[in-house]
Amino acid sequence: MDIFLQQIINGLVLGSIYALVALGYTMVYGILGLINFAHGEVVMIGALTALTVVKLLAGSGLPGPVIALIGLMAAAPVCMAIGYGIEKIAYRPLRKAPRLAPLITAIGVSIVLQNLAMMVWGRSYHSFPAVLPAEAHEVLGATFTDLQVIIVLVAAGMMAGLLLLINRTRLGRAMRATAENPAIAQLMGVNVNHIISLTFVIGSALAAVAGLMVSANYSIAHYYMGFILGLKAFTAAVLGGIGNLAGAMIGGILLGLIESLGAGYIGDITGGFLGSHYQDVFAFFVLILVLVFRPSGLVGEKVAERA
Amino acid sequence: MSWNDLKHDRRVLWAGYAAIGIVLAVLPFLVGAGLGNAWLRILNFAMLYIMLALGLNIVVGFAGLLDLGYIAFYAVGAYLYALLASPHFGLHWPVWAILPLGAVVAGGAGALLGAPTLRLRGDYLAIVTLGFGEIIRIFMNNLNAPVNITNGPQGISSIDPFHVGGVTLAKPLSVLGVTVPSLHAYYYLFLLLALVIIFVTIRLEDSRIGRAWVAIREDEIAAKACGINVRNIKLLAFSMGATFGGVAGGLFASFQGFVSPESFGLMESIMVLCMVVLGGMGHIPGVILGGILLTILPEAFRHAAVPLQKYAFGKVVVDPESLRMLLFGLALIAVMLYRPAGLWPSATRKRELQGGSK
Amino acid sequence: MRMNSIPGTILALAAAISLIGCGNKEEPAPQAAPAAAPAAKPEITVKIGHASPLTGPQAHIGKDNEYGATLAIEELNAKGLEIGGAKVKFELISDDDQADPKQGTTVAQKFVDAKVNGVIGHLNSGTTIPASKIYFDAGIPQISGSATNPTYTKQGFATAFRVMANDEQQGKALAQFAAKTLAAKSVAIIDDRTAYGQGLADEFKKASEAAGLKVVASEYTNDKATDFKAILTKIKSKKPDLIFYGGMDPQGGPMAKQMKELGLKAKFLTGDGGCTPNFITLAGAAAEGQYCSLPGVPLDKMPGGTVFKDKFVGKFKTEIQLYAPYVYDATMVLVDAMKRANSVEPAKYLPEIGKTSFQGVTAKIGFDEFGDLKDGAISFYEYKGGKIEYVETLGGTPEAVPAAAPAEAPAAAAPAAAAPASAPAAAAGEKK
Repeated sequence: MDIFLQQIINGLVLGSIYALVALGYTMVYGILGLINFAHGEVVMIGALTALTVVKLLAGSGLPGPVIALIGLMAAAPVCMAIGYGIEKIAYRPLRKAPRLAPLITAIGVSIVLQNLAMMVWGRSYHSFPAVLPAEAHEVLGATFTDLQVIIVLVAAGMMAGLLLLINRTRLGRAMRATAENPAIAQLMGVNVNHIISLTFVIGSALAAVAGLMVSANYSIAHYYMGFILGLKAFTAAVLGGIGNLAGAMIGGILLGLIESLGAGYIGDITGGFLGSHYQDVFAFFVLILVLVFRPSGLVGEKVAERA
Repeated sequence: MSWNDLKHDRRVLWAGYAAIGIVLAVLPFLVGAGLGNAWLRILNFAMLYIMLALGLNIVVGFAGLLDLGYIAFYAVGAYLYALLASPHFGLHWPVWAILPLGAVVAGGAGALLGAPTLRLRGDYLAIVTLGFGEIIRIFMNNLNAPVNITNGPQGISSIDPFHVGGVTLAKPLSVLGVTVPSLHAYYYLFLLLALVIIFVTIRLEDSRIGRAWVAIREDEIAAKACGINVRNIKLLAFSMGATFGGVAGGLFASFQGFVSPESFGLMESIMVLCMVVLGGMGHIPGVILGGILLTILPEAFRHAAVPLQKYAFGKVVVDPESLRMLLFGLALIAVMLYRPAGLWPSATRKRELQGGSK
Repeated sequence: MRMNSIPGTILALAAAISLIGCGNKEEPAPQAAPAAAPAAKPEITVKIGHASPLTGPQAHIGKDNEYGATLAIEELNAKGLEIGGAKVKFELISDDDQADPKQGTTVAQKFVDAKVNGVIGHLNSGTTIPASKIYFDAGIPQISGSATNPTYTKQGFATAFRVMANDEQQGKALAQFAAKTLAAKSVAIIDDRTAYGQGLADEFKKASEAAGLKVVASEYTNDKATDFKAILTKIKSKKPDLIFYGGMDPQGGPMAKQMKELGLKAKFLTGDGGCTPNFITLAGAAAEGQYCSLPGVPLDKMPGGTVFKDKFVGKFKTEIQLYAPYVYDATMVLVDAMKRANSVEPAKYLPEIGKTSFQGVTAKIGFDEFGDLKDGAISFYEYKGGKIEYVETLGGTPEAVPAAAPAEAPAAAAPAAAAPASAPAAAAGEKK
């Protein structure tokens, strides 16, 4: 039982990390109907920027959480600038092009960001100083750390914040209008370009938060980390129904649970035929099942009909 | 005579074909002597990538289905060859049996993959095919236990070279008193198969099936209304595309003599997709150009980066390797921004894009 | 670009032919003062290819390998060697194989085209194996400093050598260490599903079972993973004494950390891929009291080992990552064979490589009939106080038959056969 509980906790934390990144994907998709494939790389830049600042301050005697916050303050503007730039350079001119075009530029942007990061931060793995509380607690034989609790709370909080932003504010209304129909939104006095830029900037700020959390939790950051994280988060977003903020959260947590329960139990269930080496297969397999039987994702709406 | 008249003159056409034929025939010797055999090897890989790109072009370019897991069929073809012609199982099947079998199995896998994704469109299709591609790679990486089928991450080595009867391409061939080195022989083999595939694609494009694909790409509902069996036509697109991948995979295995799962990652799929898209989706000459450019340019760049930097700055400022990838990424963005239909777009595609957007 | 390759080789050939039998061995000049000599002697350029991934996730280790080879080449050039009567200038041609088998063969072909006299590399077994066929066909000797997959030397290629214990040798020693020194009864095994990690883990598993250990769980991750909680939790439920990880430090470090977070009491043991300063940085306090192995004998126990380290750090302003000393040795072994054959011609000095008996910075190097390191010793280390502390060395006896014979165990008791009554190594404490 303690093992099962532990696996649930593992899944929750992993899922919250996926959700943090997935929120950024889904935010952009919800407004633009565009997959920002480079989002994972923005997370990576956020992680490495935060890490650099945190490393600089680690010996300064400031309390850990303050250092982390300063790291975030430094990483967020960098990510926001990058997000703004990506949209302006790589996506905006292609807004009316065939769907494949922005997808290809996104791949291009990913490659560029990855290699720029490699030039700046080098090829080595960097370790993230332990500035956030990582005290382990034990409940019913299962352990979790403060940091993990923070991650789950931050993910949930950010989702709630975004929902409020979109549903309750003027800006949110403008975003929804843009998502519904950019041309008409424009006629109604919404500066569509402005709104889309803002969407990217907010999404990238989320990426900075996600980057900090991920690298703090695993105490590692690397120029290559964005790719696989982005892929998983994207899967999570689609699983929940891309374009839907609650869906990103649900999809993320679900994916996390599938991965940890799958890796934890499938070996015993199948008598050793399948094991944890098929961890990624479970995730994709569930994704395919969901899409085949419910193409709009678990809580998605009409978005799947977009061709 | 205007250029257009000239283009339609049969004699000129045949003369053009003959010229191309001669160039292709002597190319390996020119390249081998002028640039070294490494470049001939790159040329051979370019040929393989052309086959792959043409296969993917059927799915993405003709039928408009975004497939991010295409490399899986390449893997299926390669592994089938490796399993049936290597000491791994002690099997040494003849090539003429394996290659068609590889094509059929890959084609079947294509239909199998296509079936559940029929209802999906756009980004959803992309992520599902990506998932399928990864699943196949993961299975190849892990099927070494409990029963050792693929030998797992260690890969399969000592794969038989391409051989028909007593003739093997692993050693220099003697044809009519002319000695053809192994690399050159592979070049001709790949060229031959690439030409066959080009021919098949051209014929397909002009056929009822080809037009049905394009109809689905342009408007699925309208196509259905016109009496096209959308399901079968889509499956056929997946299946045909996969077949080419399977053949290319078999050739890859025989040429390399070694296969392992790391050759079939997502990045490979993306590379092939980029070839199709950069060259010109749905336009066969464009796709061929894309295949050649994306295989050769990165290599050329590796050679040029260091001398160029030394010349410009007097020292090497940036590693050529990072610079190469950086420029590759920038090129992807630039091409999409300034030539969205690809470097060599088809006439119809170009018209469409100029006459407004979908 | 490689204009000078043909004249270079012709010169080399001419030099070799005209001066056979001169019988001069070493360079007479004790120090580097070659430039001053009147150019009476012909000078030849000997090209040595080096291949490793310089881009992608393993780029940092690839660069490390390249540094190792660069250092060796520069030292050799500074010595001003004479081989076959001609003054020899070594030139390192380093290329990026991207850890991709396809790229590996292209690079190999490039080396063959460039008429290199020998090849150092590649880093990964996945690239080394397909490339070895091309070198063999061209008759060019290849020494890898880091490819440990047994297949590499078992393909029957006379040109393939390695200066590092292969997975069989290391796996066997690891199991002995687990059973004897750590007195473990049950073990859980994790590998990263790469050719390296899986290969080592499989050999470890075989040898562990032969040594009477109970393997209670086999789990898997991948070389891009960061989260190991799920598999570690499962392992926790099986209560092993020891967890063995076959893989590299970017996963190994965080894995050790997550073990602690989950409250696993088992010891952690990993192979050479995790025996790095980076592991400790990544694992933090969780590294304390865990173990790892490295082929060969500790650097600071070897004559010239600390000197090597100082030179490396001084020159490249970075710590040794992993395989640089082995690559350095590989380069030295290659040139040593040239010296003994008194020729830089691959066909002439290839037989000499097999007869190598060379005191390197990692071990006393000799080869068996396959081209594997003879009597490859494996040393064990403990992560202690943020440092990697030497524990002991076990001699691994290579066998022709890849079967983990249980009778092997007693051999472990014998002190490392290859360890040359360790030089005092005054600077042993100085480990940064």
